[in-house]
This record gives sequence, structure tokens and C-alpha cells, in this order.
Amino acid sequence: MSILVDKNTRLLVQGITGSAGAFHAKSCLEYGTNVVAGVTPGKGGQMFEGKIPVFDTAHEARHETGCNATMIFVPAPFAADAILEAADAGIELIVCITEGIPVIDMMRVKPALAGKSCRLIGPNCPGIITPGQCKIGIMPGYIHKPGSIGVISRSGTLTYEAVWQLTSRGYGQSTCIGIGGDPINGTSHLDALKLFNDDPETEGIILIGEIGGSAEEEAAAWAQQNVSKPMAAFIAGATAPPGRRMGHAGAIVSGGKGTAAGKIEALRNAGIAVAESPADMADTLIAKLKGS
Amino acid sequence: MNIHEYQAKQLFEKYGVATPKGFPATTPAEAREAAAKLGTNNLVVKAQIHAGGRGKGTFTNGFKGGVHLTDSPEKAEELAAKMLGQTLVTHQTGPDGRVVNTVLVAESVEIEKEFYFAILMDRAIAGPLIIASTEGGVEIETVAEQTPHKILREPIHPTLGLQAFQARKIAKQLGFTSEQMPKAAKLFLSIYKLFIACDCSMVEVNPLVITKSGDVLALDAKFNFDDNALFRHPDIVAFRDIAEEDPREVEASKSNLNYIGLDGNIACLVNGAGLAMATMDIIKYHGGEPANFLDVGGGATEQQVTEAFKILISDPNVKAILVNIFGGIMRCDIIAQGIINAVKAVSLPVPLVVRLEGTNVDLGKKLLAESGLPIETATGLTEAATLAVAAAKKAA
Repeated sequence: MSILVDKNTRLLVQGITGSAGAFHAKSCLEYGTNVVAGVTPGKGGQMFEGKIPVFDTAHEARHETGCNATMIFVPAPFAADAILEAADAGIELIVCITEGIPVIDMMRVKPALAGKSCRLIGPNCPGIITPGQCKIGIMPGYIHKPGSIGVISRSGTLTYEAVWQLTSRGYGQSTCIGIGGDPINGTSHLDALKLFNDDPETEGIILIGEIGGSAEEEAAAWAQQNVSKPMAAFIAGATAPPGRRMGHAGAIVSGGKGTAAGKIEALRNAGIAVAESPADMADTLIAKLKGS
Repeated sequence: MNIHEYQAKQLFEKYGVATPKGFPATTPAEAREAAAKLGTNNLVVKAQIHAGGRGKGTFTNGFKGGVHLTDSPEKAEELAAKMLGQTLVTHQTGPDGRVVNTVLVAESVEIEKEFYFAILMDRAIAGPLIIASTEGGVEIETVAEQTPHKILREPIHPTLGLQAFQARKIAKQLGFTSEQMPKAAKLFLSIYKLFIACDCSMVEVNPLVITKSGDVLALDAKFNFDDNALFRHPDIVAFRDIAEEDPREVEASKSNLNYIGLDGNIACLVNGAGLAMATMDIIKYHGGEPANFLDVGGGATEQQVTEAFKILISDPNVKAILVNIFGGIMRCDIIAQGIINAVKAVSLPVPLVVRLEGTNVDLGKKLLAESGLPIETATGLTEAATLAVAAAKKAA
């Protein structure tokens, strides 16, 4: 089992004819993801890789192919529009990889999605993967291995680090989800945690957070009441100076809020094991798995 | 990106935010003209630098204070002459200070009462949040700590925006009289309009004042803009003052590198923001101090890696360099080749530790080993960090 994506996922790629979109659509195909359609306005009628139809609109793609998930590579100035288009077309899972979307655009998109039957992951995220079944995103497929650990993270390469630590110690993953580094995003740490908690085949969870905001604290508070599965966490940015934005627009400590120390304390109070060093993310969870 | 006070004033004027009149001047003669244009004897001359604490600062030529009240165009000219081209040191500039290239000549107002008013993009409510207080003119952090009940928070609906009733409510809660309330509400609404129109992540008006003559004005403001939205604001990009920025960060931004200078002595070069932060953390965890945050991104070119190395070694504090790459999209052999070429191009003055993992890692390591260059390779994060910390300690 897994969360959100599996071998039944039928994937649309919005922005499939752009260089990044084409490159990653191809790598998802090679991984075995069922890519069924692409969208680039004005390029309807073309075939991608000789076999995947390209449409002008997400509505046509949905109608013609029954796609139930989309991966967005549309450039930042137009990405909010692409998310709204996918939602309007009734696509259930929207994974927005695009980075650099203005915060005000996402501020307007988020309430527009409320009440619709779709889930947004990202933006500015590596995507989501259920190893061996479906990869939607830019993560290197081969570092993953099917198994029973759920991974939730705001970051890309730091997620790969955690996944690689797990895989090299023989622990596979049920699903790995990158929720993205922007201040306003679709799926939160808490949303992903709830999904993993409900997934019977996820036996342990790694939660990777960063300085800024209070999403990790919210997830910790909920976990304390509701999660009995072993959990480990790491918070990046303990050494970041206040008031500076560390690459991710979300990673900023302001007014004494969102510090690594505060988050680590909240997680520990909730009974979650926190790795002191990013090199120990997998080992911290494994110790917890063996201890329980 | 930060902007100067006189630029903030220009934005205020554009969006109808009530503020005392003023003009920038880059020469003493211009300062005199500006003062004459204002047509008042209540004048203030203010040095324009991005750092705070200007009033209490001292110029390296001995002249005290970067903010002076005065009463004639002639005196404004004299004051400007003492400030322009001079270096102002405040508690925020560090001992080197900042060169004052522009002064603001403005109408000075008699203040009856000061307030604090800010709008910021709040991630918890996924929309704008107004923070206001009757305790203006002081550090809001201090107010939040010592008298949290004096801080007022008003969340704004992300699509409806600030409503007129909310503006009136805030005005009354801050203690404005029935007569002052419409002026205050109008000011709040115009600041909100500016906040949205300019893609701000924060506008902090401190102080917002009632004058003795009963006007409600925004006196000084600090702006933060959403970098992601600058593409649609060429007018704001034009406000950028490179002289006010860390030269290492300016160089990095030219090569599209995400660099932030810090005070330690171990330079790092990493792909991905989360991993870059974690790399700084692990250096600290093993007893070292990071010299910077540097994210080369997911698809860095060989040229970007070379540029990155140049910036890292231009920092005289750096005693060791740690490269940490998890190759996903980015292949390790390409990164290795980039490192080799960069090291050959810049003739490395300090030890270099490289940790590669991910796509084509074996090929990458082989290239490094065969290069004959003095590069230490590490297999895990921990080994990489301990090697870099040891190298920096040895060199220090």
C-alpha cells in the first residue's frame, strides 16, 4: 500500500513540451509511471515521445484520457493559472513542481481550491513517489526501494538524503512526499502525516522540517494525540541567522518564531525522536522501530 | 531586497499613503533646492542607508548623527555637505559603516503620538496579517515580549482583502478618536493597497503618527518584497542599491547562485536549499562554523560551479571548503568535472573536502581521484563534516 499515488495513477504533465517538463516526463515514463497525456497551450495534436498525446487544455486531456493526477512544470508567472485549470478540469491530484511562484498568487489559489475534490502538493517541491509503482516529480528514482517507511519533507535533496540512508540500510519506503519549501502550499506536514497514519502498510514515518512557520509544531501536536507509529524527525536550519531567507521562501526565522530549537522541542514533547545530525535521520527512526 | 526611506516615500506617494513631503538629494545644492521647494521652516535632513540606528550614528569624519532637524534651506545644504560622501557608522552597520550617497530632505512634523503598524504575509493563515500597537517608535519585538497585550493582530481574508470595517475597528482599538478614525482607516487601507500591488512580504510603518495638527501620517517604513514576484515590478527592481549589499551576495546573484554570507570559516557548496541548511547544521554539530549558505540549485552548470568557487575563496575568513552534492537530476560526474575545472582555474588556497552521492557517483569519485588535485573525498555526511572541521582547525 501507499498514499495518493500507485500503479493505477494516470498522469498528465502540464508544460510537457518545455525543456524541464519534457526531461522529467521522460524520466517518470522510464520509471514506469503511467503518463497518459500532456498539455501545452497551442501545441494540441502533437505526440510526446511518439506515444503520448498533447492537448491544448487540461479539460480536453481529462476528457480524452481520464487522467487523475497532474505534474506541473509551467513557468512561475503562469503556474497559478495551471493549478486552477487542473482543479477546474476535475483532476484529483495536482503536483506542482514549479519554483518561484509569487506568494500572492498562491494566496489566491489556495482558497480557490477549498471545497473542490482535489489535492495540491507543492509548489516548489520534488514531487511524490511510491517506489516501484509511480513517480511524479524530479527525484532520482533509483535511490528508492519499495517498503513500509513514509517520508514527508519540505526539501528536495535533503529528502533524497533521508531516502538514501533508509535504502542503504535495507529499509524501503511506502511513499515519499515532498510538500515544498514555499510559505503557502497545498498539502501540509500535518495533511501528509494523517494520510500515512491511515495507511496500514506504513510502519514508520520520517518527518523532515525546516525553520520558519509552525507547520512542524502543528504536526507534532496532532501526532502526540493520534499517531502510534514510530516517528523520527530532523529540522534543518538550526544555524541560519534570523531574518534571512535560506533559499526556500518559507525558511526564514522572524520575530523569534519558527526557530529550529522551538520545533525540536515540540517534536520531542510529542514523543518523536529527533535526529541531531542530518546524517542520522534513518538511524534515528530505525532505533525507534527496533525499540518499539 | 531592501529599499531606502526616500524610495519608500515615493511608493507611499504613488499609492496615496499620507506621509510628510520630502525629496532626495545627492548634492548639497540639491538639498538646498529640496528644502526651498518644501516651503517650510520645519525641516529634517536624513542620511539614506539601509541600516537602522541612523539618528544615534556617527560619521567617520566625526560629525554626529545621521538625522538632523533644521530650519532653512541654507542650513539643510550645510548639513547635507557634512553627510554626503561620508561614512556613517551605526549599531547595525558594523565598524565599517556605510557611505551616504543620498540624503532625504523632508518636512518635519510635530508628533502627538506614535503607533506601530505592519502588514505581513503570514504562512499560518496563508494570507496577510496586520500587526498594530499603540507602542510606536520602539522595537516591536520588545513590545511583544514585555507587553504582549498591547499587540493587536487582524487577519485579512486572502481574496476579499482588507475591509473598511476592519480598518475602522483597528483605528478604534488603537485609541484614535471618532474624528481621527476616518483618517487612520484611510491610511491603513492605502497601505494595504500598496502591500498587494507591490507584492510585498512585509510593510512595517514605524512610527505611524498623529501630528499636533491632527494629521495621521506614515513617518518611516521598512519594506520587504517577495523576490519571486520582482519579475512583474521593474520599477521596484530599479530601487535596488547594490552598494548596500554584501559584495559576495551581489557576485553570486549575477551567476544565479543562492548565496548568503555568514561569519564562520568553513565554506560550503551544496545543491538544494534544505540540504544546504542541513550541511551548515552538521558543520556546527561537529564543532565548526559555516562561512556561508550556498545552494547551486538542481541544474548548475560547470561555469556556475566555477563562479561559486571564486566567491567562496574570495572570503578571507575561509579556511576550508566543503562540497556536498546529492546528485539527482544533477549527475555526480558533471559536478566532479566542474569542481576539477574550477580548482584548476582558481588555484585553491585552502583544503577542499568533497562528498558526492547519487547519480553516477562512482564515475564522479573516479574523476576526482584521477585528477591528481589535493581533494579529500568523503563517503558520508558525517565524514565530510568532520574532515572539513579538522581541516579548518588545522589551518586556523
